[in-house]
Parts: sequence; structure tokens; C-alpha cells
Amino acid sequence: MAKLVLTEEERMLADSARAFLDDAAPVKHLRGLRDAGKTHDAALWKEMAAMGWAGILVPESAGGADMGHAAAGVLAAEMGKTLVASPFLSSSVIAATALRQVSDKRAAEALAAIAGGETAYALAIDEGPKFAPEATQMAARREGNGFRLTGRKTFVVDGGFADRLLVLARTDDGLTLFDLPADRAGVTRDARAMIDSRDAARVTFDEVEATGEDVLGQVDEAMTVLKPALEAGQAALAAELSGLAAGAFGMTVAYLKERKQFGMLIGQFQALQHRAADLWCQTEVTASAILHAGRKLDEDPANATLAVSLAKARATETAKHAVIEGVQMHGGIGMTDAFDMGFYMKRARVGAEWLGDYGYHAEQVARLRGF
Amino acid sequence: MGAESDDTGAFRAELRDWLETNCPESLRDANGPEDSICWGGKRWVFESEDQKLWLDRCAARGLTVPTWPKEYGGAGYSREQEKIFHQEMARINARSPLQSFGIWMLGPALLHFGTPEQKAHFLPPISRGEIRWCQGYSEPGAGSDLASVQTKCEDKGDHWLVNGQKIWTSYADQADWIFALVRTDREAKKHLGITFLLLDMTSPGVTTRPIKLISGASPFCETFFDNVEVPKEHAPGISSVVGTVNRGWDVAKYLLTHERTMISATGSGARSLGAVLSEEAGGLTDASLRAAAVKAEVDALAIGLTLERYKDMAESGMGVGDASAMLKYVGTELNKDRHELMMAAGGSDALEWDGPHTTRPADWLRTKANSIEGGTSEVMLGIVSRRVLGLPG
Repeated sequence: MAKLVLTEEERMLADSARAFLDDAAPVKHLRGLRDAGKTHDAALWKEMAAMGWAGILVPESAGGADMGHAAAGVLAAEMGKTLVASPFLSSSVIAATALRQVSDKRAAEALAAIAGGETAYALAIDEGPKFAPEATQMAARREGNGFRLTGRKTFVVDGGFADRLLVLARTDDGLTLFDLPADRAGVTRDARAMIDSRDAARVTFDEVEATGEDVLGQVDEAMTVLKPALEAGQAALAAELSGLAAGAFGMTVAYLKERKQFGMLIGQFQALQHRAADLWCQTEVTASAILHAGRKLDEDPANATLAVSLAKARATETAKHAVIEGVQMHGGIGMTDAFDMGFYMKRARVGAEWLGDYGYHAEQVARLRGF
Repeated sequence: MGAESDDTGAFRAELRDWLETNCPESLRDANGPEDSICWGGKRWVFESEDQKLWLDRCAARGLTVPTWPKEYGGAGYSREQEKIFHQEMARINARSPLQSFGIWMLGPALLHFGTPEQKAHFLPPISRGEIRWCQGYSEPGAGSDLASVQTKCEDKGDHWLVNGQKIWTSYADQADWIFALVRTDREAKKHLGITFLLLDMTSPGVTTRPIKLISGASPFCETFFDNVEVPKEHAPGISSVVGTVNRGWDVAKYLLTHERTMISATGSGARSLGAVLSEEAGGLTDASLRAAAVKAEVDALAIGLTLERYKDMAESGMGVGDASAMLKYVGTELNKDRHELMMAAGGSDALEWDGPHTTRPADWLRTKANSIEGGTSEVMLGIVSRRVLGLPG
């Protein structure tokens, strides 16, 4: 396998992303959106698409950069550092990976629209409070040559503004993935106010009409298309969370070096030094799992489940640890809304649940490791 | 993993063939007790003809120290080749032919700091398992604060005169030679008056006393130096000092970094904890024990990848340095957790010294030293906070 260090190309991508995001999307950008009652910034996403980010997993033939999952993780981590709100994971990672599993003209066009930042996708799979795609109940009933979809989806991330929805529903002999326009008749979206100030919707489907054209991949075989897409999303989300942990940690260490109490810098207290050092050790260990997952998805995608679940499990725990310690080591100021740490804490909680929580992924690891 | 290149494939095939032909059947028991691996040295008693044969065959091919240069008894393997070597050894479950502090510690120190003459003199006997070395670092008053070593070493013209005491000297009672940190300048700042000295354990005035541990074993000794005369040159042109006099701390620091990486490797056992525990009577039916074991497995895999990543970083010329303290800290703490879980899973069966789980209780107790030896976990966190994070002292 390729080395667990960034390639020259990946390092340059990280550097240019950091330079752009520090200027265009620091945490105060998210704060501004929240204060204005918005959950995303279409203009910012256009700029990101212009830099090739929206098409990072799209083939060059469809106008993408096709840099691979490790590179997508590099971008996600940089976005995580300053909590950038964008449909990157939903559209450019999850939907793009799903569409790549299908080689027809329609999929190629959809990929081109993703790369150009013209179409935003959202993934509608969850039906209860926990990630459990195999337990999907929503029905797609056969009717003539097509289907009628009826049911409810929840925690549809980016579902409030997405142009299209990837919808998982139960058909006669299995699960089927549909690719539908979000404004199709019978679809009702209820954008919820989420703790991380980002977009997520509850979506109701009432006898929504779908044709064979709307099926992504084969009927009853959603997982052929969806599994790679979910794993790509889980790995990139893990990368975002590791970036988030690094961002929260950076703020905390800086504070330890400037805040004085009892006549000395609080970073001189061994109790705090050891907490910070332990946290850094955990972030380093998690970073290895993240890069490994990206490399595995690029080189051996059929056998990447262990690598991906390991990354998501570790990243979830490390991000949680980083924000809890971040608030604790900042003291009272960490509890104030005027300070950014709270934004990190809330996004870490959302990221922990999305696409499978620690327990879900730890159980995958256990299963694949002979427990 | 992608397909191997032709060169790599040929290398693997040739090595596989050699191992198949040359590794005696009775040595294909890599999961056996730790003390079954040969330590070498003048006093080593081979458990069998096969054990000696395996050592000699491997040594002749440079496989006791595969990454050392050929001229010093190694095979000159790259890291990639070394990885393949370990994979092929594991494939036939071959026992390691030789382990020693000469291989782990003194060898790397000499390769980095030794003169060509020292390397040619000391390294080949290590690779052949002829000389067994021990490490003389800690003293009763210098544990975590290693730079406080007080063992006195005076310049007497043609020889050094050594007086003092070492403690926690691993297998000093069975070693032929010792590499020790001694104080050659009492006036200098504590890190600057230390010298890295090589001496013969049969020198008059050297005595050892084993220390019995909670596991019942005595892998460590107290070592006493009473007017021990160490020649300036062990043979013409072969200095008894590694590196520069009074700059032994540089050598020690280099080796500590090396040792930390090595100790941390003990934490990421290749075998799944879940697989081990699931095989046992009753399996992992206790939900809280199972959850803890799953977490330990997640951490073990991630730490194993971190070792890989740091090796890749080092190979790519990215400095790792003080960050190795992180590897030591996370690896040893994890290892303690794993052995706690194995004891809990074993229940009362694991409480017998010689019970159904054989060495498990002794191994469990042994792991408690992992986060002490080579620098405590707290020392490691101190290194990370000051040198990596730059927190004020």
C-alpha cells in the first residue's frame, strides 16, 4: 500500500485549502450564517467547486479532479478545522461515489453537475434516531413500470437545500436506491434547526412516483452502489472530525500558552500539560487510522470496511475527547457562546451520529476481527 | 494491497523457499513462551540441536539482524524487505532465531555513533549470538531522572576506574558485556558529564544480584562496580567509549527514542484480542468485558497503524524525534489494558501460576513495568507537552 504520509500533491492540496479557508471560511463564517438564520452559503460552495473540490472524486472525463479518497479526506480535514459548512460530504463524496458505481450516460451527467457545483445531493436513509440502513422500512411499492414511495426519512443532512435526494427504500426482494429530484410531487421537506447550525431535514414521502430511470444501480441491490458510497462518506466524515479535533486542540494549546492564573501561565501546570499531551497522542493515533482508510478506499475498496469503521470509531471518540477537554481547559470562557469552542462541541456531536456512531463502527471492527 | 513488482515477488519467493528448507520443524512455534527464544552469549544453553542450527543458519545469511549492513553480520535489507521477511517468518510460524539487547540497543547505537573499528569488532559477534550484552542505565537514585547517574568513572591514563551501582539491569547475571552510562565529569551540568562505556562483565570488581519481581521471575539485577578497571582500548584501536567522552547523553537519548518505539510495538499484538478471548471457554459473554475488549481492539489497530505511519515518516526523511514518546505512551498503556482484559476473561482459571492459561498471570504482571521502563508514562507526557506542544516549563 502507498505510504502513510501525504504525497506532494496531497500536501499541496492541504496547504492551498488551508490558505483559502482561513480567509474565506474561518469559524466566524459559520457563526455569521447562524446569526443570519442560514445553514449554508451557496456562493462559498461555488468558489470551492471552482477550485475543483466538488469534483475531487469525479472522473476527469466528467470534469472532475479524480484525486481519490485520501485526498478527499485531506480536504474534509481542512474543512473540519474551521467547521466549514458545505455539501462536500453529501454531494462530492457520498453521491459522487454512488454515481461512480453506475456507468451510464445519466450518471456521467449527474457527476458532471456535482463537479461543477451545480447540483447538490443529500442522502436520505435514516428512519430512526440511529444509523441502521439494513433496517429500512420505507416502502417503494411496484406500480406499473414504476414505483410509489411512501414513508419518512430523518436526519437527511443537507436535505433542506439539496437539489436531489438519494433515497433508500424497501422493494420486493431487498433494498433499492432511488435518485430523485427533491421537488418531486409528494416530497415534503421539514428543515430542522440542528445544534451544529448546519442543515438537516425530516423528509416525508407521500405516494411519490418513481420510474425505473430513477433507480440508481439495480432494483433490490442498493448495497452494491450504496456500500461504497457510505464507506467513502464515513471515511471523509472521520477525516472531518479529526480536523475538527485538531482545530479545537490548536485553540486549547494556544490558550494554555497565554492564560495566566495564580501568577503563572496555566500551561505550566503539570495537570494541564498531561491532559493536553494525552489528547495530542490520541489525535496522532486517530490521524493514522484516517489516512489508512483513505489509502485503503483508493487501493482496495472491496475490502475497506474494517479500515473505514476503525477510522470513524476513533475519530468520533477523539473529537469528543478534544471538545470536552477544550471546554474544560478553557474554563468558564469555553462555556460562552461568544467563544468558538461551543461550535466545535456541537458539530462533534452531530458528526458522531451521522453515518454510524462509535458503537456501530466498533461493532463492525469486532465482527471483522473475530469477536 | 496491490500486486508486488517482479523484483519483490522474486525476493519473497526465494526467501520463502529458503525458510521452508532451513527452518527446523521444532522451531515453527512462534507463539510459544517468550523464554524459548535464544538470547545467545557464552553462557547460553541451547534447548536443542535445532535451536542452535536455526541460529547458525540465520546468522550465516544475516537474518538475525536483517537490516544491518552485510559487512557487520546483517542482510542489508530495506524496510520493505524486512517487512516481507517478517511476513514470511510468520507464514510458517517460525520462531525468531535470536533476541538480545545487542540487537535492539547497542547495535543501533554503534551503527549511529561507533567508529568503523568498533562496528567491525562488536557487531558481528552480536549478529551470531556469541556475545550477550546488558544495559546499565538506571541507578537507585536515577530512575525517571536518568541523567542523574552517579556511577563514577575516573580517567587513570591507560584505563578508566569505575565505582558505583546500577539497578534494573536486565539479565545482568547472564550477560557477557555491559553498555553503561557513567559519570566522567562531576562538575559539568548533569547531561554533559556522562559517558557511554562498554565493559566486560567478567572484569574483577563486577558483581550482580537478581531482583525478584511480583511475577516471581527475576529478569532484572542490581549490578555493582567496585574499583573496576576498564582499558581505554579493548583491543588496539577499539575504544571502550561510544561517541565522545562526556557526551554519552547524546547516545543515550538516541537509544531511548529507539527503545520507546520498540516497547510500544508490544502494545499492538498482531492477534486480535477478540479472537483470543472468543476461543476460550464461555467466550466473551459478559457485555461490559466485551465492550472493553472491543475498544482495546480498536485502539490496538489504530496504534499499529500509527507505528507504520511513523516508520513511513522516518523513511521519508520527516523527523519523528520526540514524538516517539507518544508511541511509547499509547503502546504501553494499551498493553496493560489488554492484559487486564485477558486476566478478567480467564477468571479464576487465570489466577493459578501454572493453570490452564500457563504464563498469563506472569505476563500480566510483567506488563505493569511497560509504562515505567524506558521512561514512565508521565515522563513521556512531559516530553510531549514541552518538546512537541511547546508548553512552558
